[in-house]
Amino acid sequence: MALFSFEGKDFVQNLPKLYGFYTGGFLAFFALMAFFETLGMGPDMIGILFVLFTIAIYALIGVLSRTMQVDAYYVAGRQVPPVFNGMATAADWMSGASFVALAGGVFMGGHGYLAFVVGWTGGYVLVATLMAPYLRKFGCYTVPDFIGTRYGGKVARLSAVLVLVVASFTYVTAQINATGTIAARALNIPFEVGVWFGLAGILVCSMLGGMRAVTWTQVAQYIVLIIAYLIPVFWMSIVQGFGPLPQISYGPAVARIMELEPMVGVGTLTAQESIRGLSTLTTLHATPQEGAMAAWRFITLAMCMMVGTASLPHILMRYFTTPSIRAARNSVAWSLFFIFLLYFTAPALATFSKLQMLDPNLPTAIIGQPIEDVLALEWIQRWSAIGMLAVVDSNGDGILQINEFFIRPDIIVLATPEMAGLPYVISGLVAAGGLAAAMSTADGLLLAMANAISHDLYYKIIDPKAETRKRLLVARFLLVIIGAGGALVASLQLTGILGAVAWAFCFAMSGLFFPLVLGVWWKRANRPGAIAGMLVGLAVGSWYLYMVYAGGMEPWLGLDHLRFGIVGAAASVIAMVVVSLMTKEPDAETQAMVDEVRLPRGETIIPAKQ
Amino acid sequence: MTFDAAQREAYWSRTRNLMIVHLVIWFIFSYIVHAFAVPLNNISFFGWPLGYYFAAQGSLAIFVIQLFAFNFQQEKINREFGVAEEDE
Repeated sequence: MALFSFEGKDFVQNLPKLYGFYTGGFLAFFALMAFFETLGMGPDMIGILFVLFTIAIYALIGVLSRTMQVDAYYVAGRQVPPVFNGMATAADWMSGASFVALAGGVFMGGHGYLAFVVGWTGGYVLVATLMAPYLRKFGCYTVPDFIGTRYGGKVARLSAVLVLVVASFTYVTAQINATGTIAARALNIPFEVGVWFGLAGILVCSMLGGMRAVTWTQVAQYIVLIIAYLIPVFWMSIVQGFGPLPQISYGPAVARIMELEPMVGVGTLTAQESIRGLSTLTTLHATPQEGAMAAWRFITLAMCMMVGTASLPHILMRYFTTPSIRAARNSVAWSLFFIFLLYFTAPALATFSKLQMLDPNLPTAIIGQPIEDVLALEWIQRWSAIGMLAVVDSNGDGILQINEFFIRPDIIVLATPEMAGLPYVISGLVAAGGLAAAMSTADGLLLAMANAISHDLYYKIIDPKAETRKRLLVARFLLVIIGAGGALVASLQLTGILGAVAWAFCFAMSGLFFPLVLGVWWKRANRPGAIAGMLVGLAVGSWYLYMVYAGGMEPWLGLDHLRFGIVGAAASVIAMVVVSLMTKEPDAETQAMVDEVRLPRGETIIPAKQ
Repeated sequence: MTFDAAQREAYWSRTRNLMIVHLVIWFIFSYIVHAFAVPLNNISFFGWPLGYYFAAQGSLAIFVIQLFAFNFQQEKINREFGVAEEDE
């Protein structure tokens, strides 16, 4: 504790200075790498240095903020200012999938895919209006802590832990997978080794200092990931002549793509061959599909992502760390602002990336060019060599057509700097950003699970007399065990990154959304109702997922496996309302508690020290 | 501080109404505009087709602005009823 104390007024006041210094240091490191590249340092070395340097910084913060205090371990001492909590939430929120796969999805999937962008931002309106301020007033340590106190009883608490673990575990395997993929590529090690290496980095950030360590590393990770996402887009925008503020000026680029699409045959030419894991561009960039079904699919996907956002415990628990309820509310708004910076850039990235391939007036164009020239490009060779990209002259005319260019959507973000001919230092930066995004989300998820099990299952149910020291040791032990389990499952590579993420949202909304919301907004909601809501929601959601994904059932109303949360949440709310009304209303004490939760002023419901 | 049942009720109904207003705005920009993306795309907005613009940027920006406005309004209600938290 010699360097920083991580608590008290001085620390909080010094935060802008500390992180300003850190940001300057990171930019200086970037400049140094750019300089080394001009001296002839190879791409592999730059990638390795970027990954090791950033992980070393996160690890340093993690070690410095170690703690043996319950408040610091579970809720970062409840002193995180709104703007910083906003950044930490944004890093917690934006996963490897957002960073790596989102722009690629928009590139390949067009308008329909933007449902993710709308859904992953709109959910915060639900968090702010329905949840965050009230959960903060409760003064709980974990999300099941709220359920357990509001509804009372061990069964309710345990059901909440169950839903939390199912949703978070599904999510964390995808993040460890992403961490391993990036680490493996940057460090030139096998994927299976990369997964364990990534896990070690994740655990260093969270194990010693719990929520306090995760908070301050997540702020650092946000800064890295947003710089890494924005710089290539600004660069491309300037190179392609759309000015220095791409987000407000890329409209004409969209229009230009729409003009080029019929000429190169997007949507009319389909691939002659099929290559596993790769696809050609067949969806129009900005034109939505016609018909009610397309609109319905957009709306239901956005809805799952929004309601899932408002039910994911690793996000909700971030709002337990603010000093006040007002700060909790403000920090939701700041979270959304910081998330918005990345999400409103992703479609711009997809647009520029596509335009530079299609537009014959740009030197980077490949579509409509002689295949020989395209095959000579360095980035084409590099990505083809590892099977992420393929160029096949199906019609034998020697010219590359849109349906002869195969690519894996996930690599768009990683490969775009190379396509644009940017120096390799940018690619190193993007790898560091992707790693920061995946690590920060994995940290938040692992902590949410370990905290819920150690606090709600071990301390509240199994051994209520446990000493602080023992409680925190159990929490750390669980963190390692769950992390290892996650890495083990991740190394099996059962599902794609994005599919697993969507499932996590659907699990969370199936089991937790209505018990949380109605706990505040419906006084009549009682214990049996909440238990029914959680268990029926989770069971029906899981059943529907199984039937649609593996059981060969025809989806109801087009609700496929990415949207099963709608079925689960509907079952949850019906079960919860019916069972609540059929059983006795909550006692006067509980009703008084709900009244108190609704007023910002006054003490928290759960006493601050326990 | 005394805060009787009637005041409590009045405070909560103001808070609830504010929540409903914001969820209506949220509903419009989350779902309604995107349901009409096809016709909206015929309108050009600074170069963007409007339907695409809402999904890629417009709705998102509205959510951000809306949350800062919501905080301001909620804090105003809290002060009016004297239930705002003390400034540190």
